[in-house]
Amino acid sequence: MNPNIVFATTTRILTQLRRDRRTVHMILVVPALLTVLFYFTLSLQAVGPDGRTPFDHLGILQLGVLPCAVMFPITAITMRRERSSGTLDRLFATPMTKLELLAGYGGAFSLAAVVQAVIVTLVAYHVTDLQTSGSALLVALVCVLNAILGVSLGLFFSAFAQTEFQAVQFAPIVLVPQLFMAGVFTPREDMPGWLQSVSDVLPLTYSVEALKQISTHAEATPRMWRDMAIIAAFIIAALLGGAATLRRRTP
Amino acid sequence: MSAVTDSPAIELEDLRIDRGGHTVLDTISLSIPAGIITGLLGPSGCGKTTLMRTLVGAQKITAGSATVFGEPAGARSLRRRIGYVTQSPSIYPDLTTIENVGYFARLYGVSKDRVREVVDAVGLAKKQTELAGNLSGGQKGRVSLACALVCDPDLLILDEPTVGLDPVLRVELWEQFAALAARGKTLVISSHAMDEARNCAELILMREGAILAHAAPADIMRQTDCLDLESAFLQLIRREGADLIPEPMP
Repeated sequence: MNPNIVFATTTRILTQLRRDRRTVHMILVVPALLTVLFYFTLSLQAVGPDGRTPFDHLGILQLGVLPCAVMFPITAITMRRERSSGTLDRLFATPMTKLELLAGYGGAFSLAAVVQAVIVTLVAYHVTDLQTSGSALLVALVCVLNAILGVSLGLFFSAFAQTEFQAVQFAPIVLVPQLFMAGVFTPREDMPGWLQSVSDVLPLTYSVEALKQISTHAEATPRMWRDMAIIAAFIIAALLGGAATLRRRTP
Repeated sequence: MSAVTDSPAIELEDLRIDRGGHTVLDTISLSIPAGIITGLLGPSGCGKTTLMRTLVGAQKITAGSATVFGEPAGARSLRRRIGYVTQSPSIYPDLTTIENVGYFARLYGVSKDRVREVVDAVGLAKKQTELAGNLSGGQKGRVSLACALVCDPDLLILDEPTVGLDPVLRVELWEQFAALAARGKTLVISSHAMDEARNCAELILMREGAILAHAAPADIMRQTDCLDLESAFLQLIRREGADLIPEPMP
């Protein structure tokens, strides 16, 4: 892998992102605003016997979901645009390899994801007064992983869309079922067995579980590290899948 | 203009390409010499773009072979030697002229000076910092051309590079193409404007996925007893077989 090519691509995509003010706001501001909104929807609910507010239980979980939900369509559309505008064909006529292209994309959006995670975590702890047993740094780490998960899923699913319009349509199909089955609204143990099995192979399940671990344990638990490793594995698998769907030669 | 004696830049042997269930290029064989401009002429849909995509390695080959500089088209080692400009400008509209060209320069590992040089060469020095998306159609095409020129390719493949350009600019571009050929570069340029064909050392006339003629413009006109290429082209189609033409054209 040629680092100059990857770096040039990352810089190029970040420059394009920076020019698009609305997308910058979407990535950096919207998750934080939604967190505040969610906080207010729960603010009149009674505090539990453990001294935790409902937001302490649920607010932390949406921190795992939002970064993924925001990054998925943005990445899928950007990649789809690259494929349909002819620039992808052109890039493949240069010495650039598929992996360098994906690394360039991953690099740019992951950098955006880190900034996003820092902002949303800061807002959650300092504006909406989120209480967790575990450290805020771990929460931010899961946020970053989830955002990168959204990036890699977006890169992968963009291959199955013919247009940018179709790429957006993947968002509800890919994200909403995961959200329902991840154990945010209902504990997974209370779901029918077959649904539990389905949720076992969905990445968001592990994001939610990792965040629950941080919420209730003062120290990082082995289970949380295992969950994070699983998310990382999903990211790698989606990126490799994305590389496999990129074709230098088309029929 | 005499053909260069060196080994040919491009060789196609019984190349056939099927797309979406029908044959786009029907078993064509040809040899394009290095160091000259070869024009690819024919109505839209005749297979020009598919042929060009094949040369850069973007097109799956159904049968036969395509060789560029002695290597199979699309080979890794060829990527630094071929510049490809697609018909619609493949550039980033949300980047400036200089950023577009600069990005491709970095992919090839080419210096910044070279970026200015090619931006000047395509006449966009005054539009350097303008977003490509705000440029006119012709200017976008020239940004696209600059992105291909930046690596100083040995083979330049241009798909309709002069469409929609004003006559002065057209002439200037053709002069640049001639200068590149004089430096030993090989150019394959498609066009459907017959008046541009006289700028080419050799012409390939295509129709419905087949090659009607491959010769110097003067030779084509002599063979067909025509004074211009437009009517020479018609002559060649008629010779191919009357059944190909529904109505005799005026």
